[in-house]
Amino acid sequence: MSDDIETGETPADALGGEVALPKHSEWKRIVRVFFGRTLYVIGFVIVVILILTAIFAPWIATHDPYSTDLRHKLEQPSTEHWLGTDAVGRDTYSRIIYGTQISLLIGFSAVSASAIVGMLMGLAAAYFGGWVFAIIMRFTDALMALPGIILVLLIAGLAGGGIPVVIFALGFGGIAMMCRMMCGLALSVKQNDYVLAGRAMGMSHWRMMLTQIFPNAFPPLMVGITMGIGGVVLGEAGLSFLGIGVMPPTPSWGGMVNSGQAYLLKNPILSLAPGVAIMLLVFGFNMVGDGVRDAVDPKLRGVI
Amino acid sequence: MSVVLDVENLKTYFHTEYGLVKAVDGVSFHINQGEIIGLVGESGCGKSVSILSVMQLIQSPGEIVDGKIMFEGQDLLQYEANGPQMRATRGRKMTMIFQEPMTSLNPVITICRQMTEILELHLDMDRHTARERAIELLRMVGVPDAASRIDDYPHQFSGGMRQRVMIAMAISCNPMIIFADEPTTAVDVTTQAQLLELMKDLVTRINTSLVIVTHNLGVVARYAQRIYVMYAGRIVESGPAEDIFDNPQHPYTIGLLDSVPRLGEKHGSKKLIPIYGLPPNLINMPPTCAFLPRCTYKTEKCEKEPWPALRSTGDNHYISCYVDVRGKQ
Amino acid sequence: MKEPDNDLMVEVKNLKMYFPITRGLLKRKVADVKAVDDISFYIKKHETLGLVGESGCGKTTTGRCILRLYQPTSGNIIFAGKDISNMREGKLKPLRSNMGAIFQDPFGSLNPRQIAGSIVGDPLKVHDMATGSELDDRVAELFQMVGLDPTMKDRVPHEFSGGQRQRIGVARALACRPSLVICDEPISALDVSIQAQIINLLEELQEKMGLTYLFIAHDLAVVQHISERVAVMYLGRIVEITTSEELYENPLHPYTKALFSAIPIPNPKIEKTRTHIVLKGEVPSPVNPPTGCHFHPRCHMAVEECSRERPPLRDIGGGHLVACIRV
Repeated sequence: MSDDIETGETPADALGGEVALPKHSEWKRIVRVFFGRTLYVIGFVIVVILILTAIFAPWIATHDPYSTDLRHKLEQPSTEHWLGTDAVGRDTYSRIIYGTQISLLIGFSAVSASAIVGMLMGLAAAYFGGWVFAIIMRFTDALMALPGIILVLLIAGLAGGGIPVVIFALGFGGIAMMCRMMCGLALSVKQNDYVLAGRAMGMSHWRMMLTQIFPNAFPPLMVGITMGIGGVVLGEAGLSFLGIGVMPPTPSWGGMVNSGQAYLLKNPILSLAPGVAIMLLVFGFNMVGDGVRDAVDPKLRGVI
Repeated sequence: MSVVLDVENLKTYFHTEYGLVKAVDGVSFHINQGEIIGLVGESGCGKSVSILSVMQLIQSPGEIVDGKIMFEGQDLLQYEANGPQMRATRGRKMTMIFQEPMTSLNPVITICRQMTEILELHLDMDRHTARERAIELLRMVGVPDAASRIDDYPHQFSGGMRQRVMIAMAISCNPMIIFADEPTTAVDVTTQAQLLELMKDLVTRINTSLVIVTHNLGVVARYAQRIYVMYAGRIVESGPAEDIFDNPQHPYTIGLLDSVPRLGEKHGSKKLIPIYGLPPNLINMPPTCAFLPRCTYKTEKCEKEPWPALRSTGDNHYISCYVDVRGKQ
Repeated sequence: MKEPDNDLMVEVKNLKMYFPITRGLLKRKVADVKAVDDISFYIKKHETLGLVGESGCGKTTTGRCILRLYQPTSGNIIFAGKDISNMREGKLKPLRSNMGAIFQDPFGSLNPRQIAGSIVGDPLKVHDMATGSELDDRVAELFQMVGLDPTMKDRVPHEFSGGQRQRIGVARALACRPSLVICDEPISALDVSIQAQIINLLEELQEKMGLTYLFIAHDLAVVQHISERVAVMYLGRIVEITTSEELYENPLHPYTKALFSAIPIPNPKIEKTRTHIVLKGEVPSPVNPPTGCHFHPRCHMAVEECSRERPPLRDIGGGHLVACIRV
């Protein structure tokens, strides 16, 4: 026996299970852990502001993001145009505001799509095992073997850009990861006796997957989903920057960075402003993801 | 018989999100040279925390807030938990056997290395002597084919064999006290019988003291000389083993003995008498006796007065109860 | 062969459950874990059969075969007159409402994200036995039956203590009013003072509802207390079956004797006087069990013949069955 013995017990274990815990809500605990750290709160505030911005864009924007005004092109920031204007005289500030809609739309749609498809596949693979597991896992292997960016470029390039194509391309790339994560979590949940109890009572496969396995495997996945939104927005910006993403004149942050780069020395704000917006969004969602990870971590249950 | 360890009024509290948990709240006990002690209680009663406190292995959010742990004329609580004195004591003069040997053995290091490490560290042996000694120790605890099995990894041993290895490690430095925390809970009954027999033999052979922490009264009945019964962070009854089993006097001990089925009772002949209710929540405990809500012997005095101190009821037999149960059984 | 007996709840005939060990990409079978190796027994209606043995002896597997959580390798399981050993899940489902299961771990056997009321109501929903307010009433009734306050039905499992959780498990097992309940180590994860509460509850419910139990446990004292008859298993085989009293008063198989002697009795006087048989060695692996009688390498009575042939489970009178050639 060495000196640095780790008892490996959380205090709750050491105190024993029979101690009846006071009634408390797990939800409240999650909220408390989440809002206990300044960074998570900052992230959360950023995300909330972005969502509100997207919803109330028509009221927050000062100009129509599509109306060109060649007399006032490439202007420096002023009281009329807070962040200046672009090469065809559109108001940069308003385009960023409307760009929030596009970014969040793509972010949420692509991630939800890949999450739904990926989780269903992962759940099925873990639950049924055998050849279902083998086929689904080989499929995700194949997906993962292709470098993500090439896959996305291929789809976007072949289909020729546009918002639905971007959502499809980025969503498709995320399926493999979601499927793998769900499968791993579901496999460990499946070991529990309550799954056995469900089988013993004759529960149907659907009911078992949806009421017994999914609710227990999902919480850790929320981390992946939240962080995935940041990743997709970054991916969209990349595609639009390369010119195969969202098509102009639709205001997209990536596209704005791209079109602004020609004037980087003369008018750097054209590229910088949407760049900062992208950064804030990714940072916000990553922080929320981190916070969710801490909050749903079962190891911290009963300690904090 | 000389006293090896004398614990006085030990208090260990845990600061949890629900409030202060008084896991060990004023526990006193002593261990004599060469004695086997049983520390009995249910999970959450503070029996494990008590011995972890003596070893100073309490981690945050736990804290030893009061008490004295006298060992070799010194109060161990004066030493820093990870200071040089404590490190020289822990693992050498006081050792511990855990319930689940798999988590206390390092899975990626051979048994040999794990055993020789202690010998080299505490007894300044060189590698070769340490290895010879380790093989000898494994033979002592009945590991067949010790010389070749010593180079195996923990997962190559069965549960019972791993526990034997743990015992070998615990006795390797000729400790004064061995604490065994539920040493046989994770193994089968026939293996349990083997291990208990082994530990008893070793205690006499190397003249050490053994503290068996367990929830199973039967385990300590055969070997322990003295028994302490704990409930809700305190010792509620202590005395010589035969006395405790023949003539239990605390309502909790009586309840425990009545609630386990005995071998040979005819089926359906006797209902078990359970202890009703639940063990208390250790947060915000009332000042009265913690067993009060479950007690069938309680009187008005119990409802008013604080938790009674231990009182003697005869030959080395102490209970913490106002009621004289003997007349009422 | 005896006549089909209407008194029998379950009859198990020559049950074998082998789990293949596979290696490599092609899942080539390299060996079998012989978890259950040709066992036969029956459980009469309204009786409790105890199944006792050490970990790895196949007692849990036997229980799960009867619940048809596993597809037996061979043999027959006749439940309420029907052979269910090869029945398909669709045909099996209605029969499942007639079987309940209680599991060992009160923490792992309840879905942590489901409220207690919904857990208990699940079997009723699965078998379309109650909906709406009828379901609520039935759940409340079940809560009361197992000694839980029905107002607690909106709590999630971690808000209950271990004993209370096991009560929820019992309520779930009894929701469809089954006739057979498989209790797999229902009390071994509980505290001593709580164990007796659950044992008493199971006994009361049996009386009230006329239940039949298969009570699986490693603790012979508990099994003996609750069962009319006890079967002792060792390494996948039954070595002795008889009534509870007969087993205690006249244990015949050397393994049964060792098991009795290994159980610590909370009474130092008895403990210090009775003889202890401390078995040598350990339980061998069920992948590669010893030849002949599985127990012979550890048996003090073993003779050469024991290693040759499997001893048959024979009746030595009064329904006392033992698998040993030396008695």
